[in-house]
Amino acid sequence: MSALPPYASPLQRTWFYTFRIICGLIFFFLIFPILVILPLSFNAQDFFTFTKEMLALSPEGFSFKHYNDFFTNPDWQQALKNSVLIAPIATLFATTFGTLAAIGLSQSHVPYKPAIMAVLISPMIVPLIISAAGMYFFYSRIGLQGTYMGVVLAHAALGTPFVIITVTATLVGFDQSLIRASASLGANPVTTFFKVQMPLIIPGVVSGALFAFITSFDEVVVVLFLGSAGQKTLPWQMFTGLREQISPTILAVASLMVAISVALLTVLEMLRRRSERLRGLTPG
Amino acid sequence: MSDTTDGQVLTTQDGKPLKAALAKALRREKLRALLLIAPLLIFVLITFVAPIADMLFRSVENGIVAETLPKTAFALREWDPGSGNVPDEEVFAALYGDMVVAVGEKKHTRLGSRLNYEQSGISSLFRKTGRRIKRMDEAGPFTEQFLDADKKWGDVSTWQVLKQFSPKYTDGYFLNAFDAKRGIDGIEMKPADERIYMLLFGRTLFLSIVITLACLVLGYPIAFLLAALPLRTSNLLMILVLLPFWTSLLVRTSAWKVLLQQQGVINDFLVWTGLVSEAGRLVMINNQTGTIIAMTHILLPFMILPLYSVMKTISPTYVRAAKSLGANDWTAFWRVYFPQSVPGIGAGAVLAFILSIGYYITPELVGGTSGIFISNRIAYHISSSLNWGLAASLGTLLLVAVLVLFVVYDRIVGIDNVKLG
Repeated sequence: MSALPPYASPLQRTWFYTFRIICGLIFFFLIFPILVILPLSFNAQDFFTFTKEMLALSPEGFSFKHYNDFFTNPDWQQALKNSVLIAPIATLFATTFGTLAAIGLSQSHVPYKPAIMAVLISPMIVPLIISAAGMYFFYSRIGLQGTYMGVVLAHAALGTPFVIITVTATLVGFDQSLIRASASLGANPVTTFFKVQMPLIIPGVVSGALFAFITSFDEVVVVLFLGSAGQKTLPWQMFTGLREQISPTILAVASLMVAISVALLTVLEMLRRRSERLRGLTPG
Repeated sequence: MSDTTDGQVLTTQDGKPLKAALAKALRREKLRALLLIAPLLIFVLITFVAPIADMLFRSVENGIVAETLPKTAFALREWDPGSGNVPDEEVFAALYGDMVVAVGEKKHTRLGSRLNYEQSGISSLFRKTGRRIKRMDEAGPFTEQFLDADKKWGDVSTWQVLKQFSPKYTDGYFLNAFDAKRGIDGIEMKPADERIYMLLFGRTLFLSIVITLACLVLGYPIAFLLAALPLRTSNLLMILVLLPFWTSLLVRTSAWKVLLQQQGVINDFLVWTGLVSEAGRLVMINNQTGTIIAMTHILLPFMILPLYSVMKTISPTYVRAAKSLGANDWTAFWRVYFPQSVPGIGAGAVLAFILSIGYYITPELVGGTSGIFISNRIAYHISSSLNWGLAASLGTLLLVAVLVLFVVYDRIVGIDNVKLG
């Protein structure tokens, strides 16, 4: 299917191009909703659709007023502050514990490995609404409901499976004899970890951390139940905005978040290429 | 094999038996692995597993009657609801004693609203009785005084509810979740117009299947194309799949809200082309259509990625061999290529289905009333109706469904093969 052979029959030719058109339409379906909000976020009116001025590409149709609103409105600023506060701390917890556990799990003799793995991966499997319900019940028993600590702990728990998966995947390619070599040369385990193991598994750790970060940064169900108004994050503010007083500022926020996703995707792609190059999978 | 030579035990350099030394080293290795895992394991157990266990517990826990009315609960053990008579004076006396304490601690209204989930009207009964309790004569007789306060104390059904919820644990929430209740002759279904949960479970299942199929139909050609194209091109096109995957869920949901509205971009476009008249703007949001379109878009990358990784491993030589043996394009695809891609279909479909049946945010925002899932009902019971027990039992049922599906997923792909991005 990658190229049409010169001897293709007319029917094959037709199907070849039809198939490409179908795929093009599906790609359009995937990407169009994300692209459409970018121009709409510069709308000078409070509408969710293209105005005549915008379609005519006249400058009056466009403005930064929704971005301006986002950066001046105290509600959005509070939400932004909370998001920026909660996500990194949750990521730090998830990455530290997750990396240690992944190293432990990749040792050759781990008792009860399947059971431990099942418990550690479970936050990723259980539907968010159930995690949110359970956490709401339990955290209100122990007084963590409606606190920053509660939200951070919950988000850290939700992020750990991603760290475990990415770091274990990098450890598969890690040569355990390097650790013995390091030890035989007189390094203690801590030095070995930071000087030998860490530099080699860092791509896995970073991509795990990015996954954990995006999990927390995008998460809305758990924070909706677990947080109080003081812990309102960006997704929460967007959610209430979409449900109640639909304001075009949401589109400005959405566009900014798309920009963040693009940045994260770029970093991840660079990491992936680097590790593939190191393993010699792709030339150059 | 024997570990002895000439009857002598093999030893390490410092004279310990080799077997013991090896066992010790292995033990130490195991311990070190566990020590590395322990912090996270404890962390996840406290922050995640305990809450889930708490939810499971809440779905059967029912201490409220026994806590608020301990003496009444005890006295009711002797009473037979099948007799058709209200309990005797002894039970009413116990109720008086309990109510005086409960009203003093202002706990009777909580009990009333809890029992109101089971039979409407009990909440007002308790509130009314609570107001009258101070004026009652301590010497009795209590039966008349309670009947005087509210006639409902003369109903067998009121007492039946009290007796039914006296034990510390109940299956009442689960019966509720199955649209059933406990009548005089045992478990019976609720009247047809009150059966909402089975309908919701059914709808969640149906919509999830539709969404999964839509993802499969749209995802298969894309994965096929990506696997067939040279790496450089497919990596570029892959960005079109990964960008939605990485974009915030709320961003994508808001985009669909913008697109599908009656005054939204798609309707404007259709009116502009003349396909749809100004008055006939399509209703694509706040109904099932909205949920299906938005969720298919959101879950499509989860279908494409596993399909792609399976198709990438299918060697093109098989199809070429089939064609050289005389198969036409369709036969070569259907008989040779497609069967090899089935594991990918299984993995992608189960993943999309698992994610879809637990979805909350998207149905809540674009589903209206006809496009909501069981998750939305769980959320409603937690935050609005405050019937936590019912929320917990609905959650437990959903959890069981997801876990069963996950075991299937594990059989198909294996949990260790989960790949991200």
